[in-house]
Amino acid sequence: MSAAVLRPPAVLPGFAPALGLTLVYLCLIVLIPLAAVFAKTAGMGWQAFVDAVAAPRVVASYQLSFGSALLAAAINAAFGLLVAWVLTRYEFPGRRIADALVDLPFALPTAVAGIALAAVYAPQGWLGRWFDAAGIKVAYTPLGVLVALTFIGLPFVVRTVQPVLQELEKDVEEAAANLGAGRLQIFLRVIFPQLAPALLTGFALAFARAVGEYGSVIFIAGNMPMVSEITPLIIITKLEQYDYAGATAVAVVMLLASFALLLAINALQAWQARRGGRAPARAGH
Amino acid sequence: MNIQVRKLRKNFGQHKAVDDITLEFPAGELTALLGPSGCGKTTLLRIIAGLEQAEAGEVWLDGEEVSARDVRDRKVGFVFQHYALFRHMSVFENIAFGLRVKPRRERPAETAIRRKVYDLLELVQLEKFAAHLPAQLSGGQRQRVALARALAVEPKVLLLDEPFGALDAKVRKELRAWLRRLHDELHMTSLFVTHDQEEALDLADQVVLMNRGRVEQSGTPAELYAAPASPFVYSFLGSSALFEGRAGAAALEVGAHSLPLAHDLPAGTPAVACVRAHDLGLARPRERAGGLPATVRRVLNFGLVARVELDLAGSGKRVEVDLPRAECAELAPAPGETLLVEARAARAFALA
Repeated sequence: MSAAVLRPPAVLPGFAPALGLTLVYLCLIVLIPLAAVFAKTAGMGWQAFVDAVAAPRVVASYQLSFGSALLAAAINAAFGLLVAWVLTRYEFPGRRIADALVDLPFALPTAVAGIALAAVYAPQGWLGRWFDAAGIKVAYTPLGVLVALTFIGLPFVVRTVQPVLQELEKDVEEAAANLGAGRLQIFLRVIFPQLAPALLTGFALAFARAVGEYGSVIFIAGNMPMVSEITPLIIITKLEQYDYAGATAVAVVMLLASFALLLAINALQAWQARRGGRAPARAGH
Repeated sequence: MNIQVRKLRKNFGQHKAVDDITLEFPAGELTALLGPSGCGKTTLLRIIAGLEQAEAGEVWLDGEEVSARDVRDRKVGFVFQHYALFRHMSVFENIAFGLRVKPRRERPAETAIRRKVYDLLELVQLEKFAAHLPAQLSGGQRQRVALARALAVEPKVLLLDEPFGALDAKVRKELRAWLRRLHDELHMTSLFVTHDQEEALDLADQVVLMNRGRVEQSGTPAELYAAPASPFVYSFLGSSALFEGRAGAAALEVGAHSLPLAHDLPAGTPAVACVRAHDLGLARPRERAGGLPATVRRVLNFGLVARVELDLAGSGKRVEVDLPRAECAELAPAPGETLLVEARAARAFALA
C-alpha cells in the first residue's frame, strides 16, 4: 500500500518494467548487432585494421560517402523546408497528391529508385540528355551519387518540419508585423528559429539515411574506384571476397564517424534551445 | 490621440461581421467593446489595427485616414488574446523585439534598448523574469509581457483583444485592477474587447455595446445601465426579465394575464417589457389583481438580496426576482407554490 502511494503516478505501467523492456529491446535490436561488428573487428589486430580502413581506395570512398551525404542533407534541408512551407501555407489543386508524393522515396524499393534514376539521368535519358548537352555528366559520376542521396533523403526533412509549421500560430506572425517587423524579419527572427530544431532533426535523419544508403546509389554511381565508389559498396565487395574482418573494420569507421556527426548535431540543438532563455543584465544607473 | 471609424463594413462570406459602424473613441480614455461572441467586436479591433482589411469605410487615427496604411506603420499597440509571445525568445527579447526590428537609422543603441526593456519590466512588475522563456510564466505574467512588448514601440493607441479571456477568475480581477491603474498613469487611448459585462462596466470609461455587427448603444457605464436603449441592452447588461405581449391600458397583456406597468405605446402594439430583477416583486394571488402567475422553483435567501427563481405559467419561461431579504422572509415563498410576478418599474419597447 505505502509503496504504491510513494510511486509517482504515470499512465504507462511502472518505471522498472518500462525501463527494463526498453533496455532489452535496444540491446536486441541495436547494441548486440553493433557489438558483434566491433568484436569481429577486434580480432584482426591493429596493423591489419589500419591497412583495411586507411587504404587509399577506402579513404576516397569515405570522402565521397560522407561528403555527398552531408551535401545531400543540406540540399534537402533547404528544399525540404520550401516544400513543407508550400504544402502547409498554400491551398492549390493537387496539394494532397503532392503531399503524398513526398513519401514515395520512403516506400519505393531502393533498387527500383536506383534503376529509375540511372535511366533518367543517363546520357541518353530524359533528363540526362539535357545535362549532357550542357556538358554535365550526372549518371556514373559523384554527381549521380548526390542525386540519389538527395532523392532518398527528401521525406525526412519535409515530414519533420511540416508538423511544426502547421502548429505555428498565425497571431505570432501578426504580433511581429504589428511591432513593425517586415516579411524577411518575421521569417528570420520569428518563424525560422521555431523551425530550426525540427530542421536540424530532419537534416540529421536525411544525413544518417544517406550515409548508409546502398541500393539506390550503386546503379547510378558507376562505382569507379577512387571516383564514384561509396563506402557501403566497399563493405559489400569485401564481404563478397570473404574478407569479413576487413568489411567490419570499414563498418566500424563508418559507425563511429556517423555517431560523432549525429552527436554534434544533437549538441547544436541543445545549444540552440539554451540560447533562447537569455537576457542581458540591467545597465547600471 | 483619438480614433474614429466611419461607415465600416466587413463580411465573412454571408456573415456581416461589421455592418456600417461609425464611432469615435475619445483620446486618453479606456473604451470597452462589449458584446456576445460573434458580434464583430474583435473584427472591428483588428480592422483598426490593420490586421484585417475593411470592405468599405474609413479608419482615422489622430486626424489621418489610415485604411491604406500597412499594419507595420500604424503605430498601434495590439495585445492578443492568447498573448502571441515569441516562445523561443526570453521575456527580455520578446519586449525588445519591436526595437530590434526598426530600420538601422531609427534603432536605439543596445544600452538604450536595455534601459527601455528594464523600465517596462519594472512597469509590469516582472524584473526578475527577464531571462525566462514564456513557457515558464503563468498566464497573467504572459499577458503582462505581451502588454510590455506592445508598449515598447511607444504606440499612439493601445488595443487589447479579450485581454483577460484566458485567465482564471482571481487573476482576472487582479489584472483588471492593475490595468486600470496603469491606464490612469499612462493615459493612452485604449480599446479593449470583452464579452464580460462586469469587466466592461468595472474597467471602462466608455462602453460600446455591439450586437450582430452593429452598435446597439454606447456611452458611459452609468448611462448604459440607467437608460438601456433596447431590449438587447437590457438583456445583456445586468440581470433583467423580458416579457413579451401586447400593450394594453397601463399594462402589458401576456396571454390571459396582465402585467401592470406605465408605457406610452398605442394599445394593441406587440411589445416587450424589460424589468430589472430588483424591480420585480412577488405577491400572493388573493392579495392582488394584476401580475403574472408563476411557480416558485428555488429560493436563495443569502447575501445582499434574496433571489427567487420562478417559471411563468403558460410559457414556462424562467424568471429571476431579487427581493430585499426582509421582504422575502415576510413573504416566505415555498417551492411549488404559485405567486404573482409584478413590476415596480419597467420599460416597454414596441416589437418590430
